[in-house]
Amino acid sequence: MDFLRPATWDDALAAKAELPDALPVQGGTDVMVEINFAARRPAALLDLTRIGALGDWDTADGRFRVGAGVTYARLINELGARLPGLAQASRTVGSPQIRNRGTVGGNLGAASPAGDAHPPLLAGGAVVEAESAARGVRMIPAAEFFTGVKRNALAPDELIRAFWTAPASGPQYFAKIGTRNAMVIAVCSFAIALHPAERRVGTGLGSAAPTPRRAPAAEEFISAELDWDGCGPLPEPARRRFGELVAAASAPIDDVRGTGAYRAHALAVLARRTLTWAWNDHRKEARRCA
Amino acid sequence: MASPVRTPGHVAAPGIGGVGESPLRPDGTLKVAGEFAYASDLWMDGMLWGATLRSPHARALIRSVDIGPALAVPGVRAVLTHEDVPGRAMFGIDGTEDQPVLAIDQVRYQGEPVAIVAADDPETARYALEKIVVGYEALEPVTDARAVVADPEGLKVQRLGGITRYQPVRVGDVDAARAEAAVVVSGEYEVGIQDQAFLGPEAGLAVPSEDGGVDLYVSTQWIHNDLKQIAPCLGLSADQIHMTLAGVGGAFGGREDLSMQIHAGMLALHTGRPVKMSYNRYESFFGHVHRHPAQMRYEYGADADGRLLYADVEIVLDGGAYTSSTKNVVGNAASLGVGPYEIPNIRIDAYGVYTNNPPCGAMRGFGAVQACFAYESMMDKLGAACGLGPLEIRRRNAVSQGSRLATGQVVESPAPLAAMLARLAAVPEPPPLDPSDLRNLPGGVSQATHGEGVARGVGYGVGLKNICFSEGFDDYSTARVRLEVIGGEATALVHTAAAEVGQGLVTIQAQVARTELGVQKVTIAPADNQVGDAGSSSASRQSYMSGGAVKAACEAVRAELLALAARRLGRADLSVAGGKVVSRADGALGTIEDVLGDAVIEETREYRHRPTVPMDPVTGQGRSHVQLALCVHRAVVDVDVDLGLVKVVELAAVQDVGKIINRTGVEGQIHGGSAQGLGLAVMEEIVVADGLVRNPSFTDYLIPTILDMPPMRLDILEIPDPNAPYGLRGAGEPPTLSSTPAIVAAIRDATGRALNRVPVRPEHIVHGA
Repeated sequence: MDFLRPATWDDALAAKAELPDALPVQGGTDVMVEINFAARRPAALLDLTRIGALGDWDTADGRFRVGAGVTYARLINELGARLPGLAQASRTVGSPQIRNRGTVGGNLGAASPAGDAHPPLLAGGAVVEAESAARGVRMIPAAEFFTGVKRNALAPDELIRAFWTAPASGPQYFAKIGTRNAMVIAVCSFAIALHPAERRVGTGLGSAAPTPRRAPAAEEFISAELDWDGCGPLPEPARRRFGELVAAASAPIDDVRGTGAYRAHALAVLARRTLTWAWNDHRKEARRCA
Repeated sequence: MASPVRTPGHVAAPGIGGVGESPLRPDGTLKVAGEFAYASDLWMDGMLWGATLRSPHARALIRSVDIGPALAVPGVRAVLTHEDVPGRAMFGIDGTEDQPVLAIDQVRYQGEPVAIVAADDPETARYALEKIVVGYEALEPVTDARAVVADPEGLKVQRLGGITRYQPVRVGDVDAARAEAAVVVSGEYEVGIQDQAFLGPEAGLAVPSEDGGVDLYVSTQWIHNDLKQIAPCLGLSADQIHMTLAGVGGAFGGREDLSMQIHAGMLALHTGRPVKMSYNRYESFFGHVHRHPAQMRYEYGADADGRLLYADVEIVLDGGAYTSSTKNVVGNAASLGVGPYEIPNIRIDAYGVYTNNPPCGAMRGFGAVQACFAYESMMDKLGAACGLGPLEIRRRNAVSQGSRLATGQVVESPAPLAAMLARLAAVPEPPPLDPSDLRNLPGGVSQATHGEGVARGVGYGVGLKNICFSEGFDDYSTARVRLEVIGGEATALVHTAAAEVGQGLVTIQAQVARTELGVQKVTIAPADNQVGDAGSSSASRQSYMSGGAVKAACEAVRAELLALAARRLGRADLSVAGGKVVSRADGALGTIEDVLGDAVIEETREYRHRPTVPMDPVTGQGRSHVQLALCVHRAVVDVDVDLGLVKVVELAAVQDVGKIINRTGVEGQIHGGSAQGLGLAVMEEIVVADGLVRNPSFTDYLIPTILDMPPMRLDILEIPDPNAPYGLRGAGEPPTLSSTPAIVAAIRDATGRALNRVPVRPEHIVHGA
């Protein structure tokens, strides 16, 4: 197995172009486990940790551009107030040691249906910045990024450079089911983001289908149902219907972590609860502003 | 031959504490700092790495094995199959040699070793495994334990058959009692497969010795029992094998059976080079036996006041393909099948069976855990049917000193179960839920709730565990103690073969030596087979047995010291106190150092507990246990009833340990045992389908984290057992029994669900089970 350690982003792109089978590694929290258990024997490892710029985040055009090497721990500490959904999801990733190593970039690269970062990226309308030596930068919306179980939209010569997402313009929540109270992979998960300026609700479902996905019908329904102007209370039938539509958007399987029926049920519960929290926050915020 | 770079050395026991104090453990800081040398850290220049090819099938015939392609891999030094076993082809833990060292013509469980490889590095060894071509013919696995009970001949998975052990218990007349009962309750209960989940996977180093034998550095619970199995298989005499205990990262029963010992020995003898084997986490799930899964049917009848009249019980334990400890596990399940309650009429049928499911054997609690979940669930059910609360129904039926257990064994020492329950009831309950911190809520920072749907429940559990080996086993421990002056200071060297597996035994051995000899400086020699058998670090027995042996050896050394003093001082009224030789008439006459001079006193003693007898094969009667220990738990839980997630808020426990030898140590045992019981209650299970393990990883086999294990309130009683050293009572296992039913009872209290199976899964709470 070759071990490539490019010092610059251009070198990394060149290496990936030359050796499309090379597996990028950043924190190593997924890749090294797979290699240690012989689940994967890549032809080469492309170590991106020497490329300092990947560990930076910045703002441009009113959005955050977060480098693929920014760890979960830094996301929580440095961006938690402005990307609360993603920070909540990051807090549920593994142990402190894992959060000090693991990155959202790696999560996107692995594209597991259970990846914790994915639902808030979907709900917040994030965009993945991919790049290749041959064709340059390509912006891929999160909703189009996940193409199958552990498959994503990257071309063989592309690397993830960053993801872009706007700071929260309204309340955001992430909730996840696991059968223990910490350090647990998602049985299912759900993210919600309110976008009051656009009178829109974003959603993201995890561990509920072959890929992380949005629940478009639920988004459309609840966006139309909410009393954005008057900030009135959330009617119980709307809450329930939203839960049902989120569950209906899932296609969960029975596996060792839980049954499909339980996952669909739990998603409906999480959808109802997170919507309630978000809407209550929004009403409080609106009252303060009035 | 040079010695390995990292091997166990003498341990200078720190602290100055004797019996009853809490000196620090010598391994504690090293383990917390990540510096302790575990068996997986063993290293020797020029060593090879061993690896094991395992069966992917639960049951298959082996039509062919082609090792040629593996041997052709550069860096591979040996590829061995059953044909290369130098001695006996079979081994087994309890004198039943029914397990092949390497599979012969067929495999009977997923993960059964088929071939072994030695190579220059672990990756090459692993790669070579993939090059071995095995022609399997898969067979339909036998996976239904109850079906085996019904048709033991037709569903034989190996020569010994069908049923490993059937142990009935018969007391009184159950059918007559049933006719008189005012209240009858029944239930069917199931316990899933729990894994020991020790953090240090199986590992060891085999080094060929100059006399044609082999030096083995291994992580085990019982050096001499390993040796008894290893030597015949390697075709060596026992004195050609030098066994040394390597750093053990937890055991809990999972190291009673052999794992890599014979394999590494074969590879070392074959190649003439040191060979290290170290399983990874995935392999570890196939590298040791687990706790027996159980299917249990219970029926209890009582009078109108809730006093038990009869118990009618069937317990089926699935041991997998080989015998392992199953016979003794069945004995425990049968003898302790109805727990610490007085029941005049009893019919218990306990079975252990062979199947192609994962192999099961010893695990902390050893057959008593499974039964405890059922009989405690039954006590709650009976209480509810009689209109009595969980404490009152137990109090009315509790054993006490003089009571007869199911086996007819009389409870000889105080067993104040009713008083223990009263103490437990008096422990203040934790404050109500504070939902402002997510970590207090079911689901923790996963944020499944902010308090919605959360209901609190309280439950109780009682467990009765036998301590030491039972049923007539010649149970003994050996200790050698040497006293001499080193560097001007009287120093005791304690040498036993007893395995320190993380329970704190070396600390206790030093405490005993300090107390008995009156010296401060105690050194513990590495455990090996250059001293007599110490028995296993299991059955909660080492403080009792090896503690007893060290005490006996120290007493002999002390007697010799006083005889020496009597000769030198010309008087007889002597004793040892505070590091001095003291005369009754004239007080201190001199230090131990003064008396010893350059003399060396060394004594070796074997310590035995009182004999026990086997259970009667027809009635189950007999004084089969030497000591019994009680623990009672109260669990308080918060359950998200909409999502089925559980947060155990608090566990309170009352346990009688006879005598606290080391408070920190015994608290650790109760905390750890309770945590393992919590794991069984709400998360720990090896999930099996068609004989195949579906979750062999710590991603999907979940064990409790610090956010799952709540604070504990402990009330540790010291009611001495006059027959045990210092009056102590084994402490490691009882809390593992009672915490599980207490937690499940609390979840039932919060949800109203029946919950007849552990571990309880979220879907059981949401959808019912």
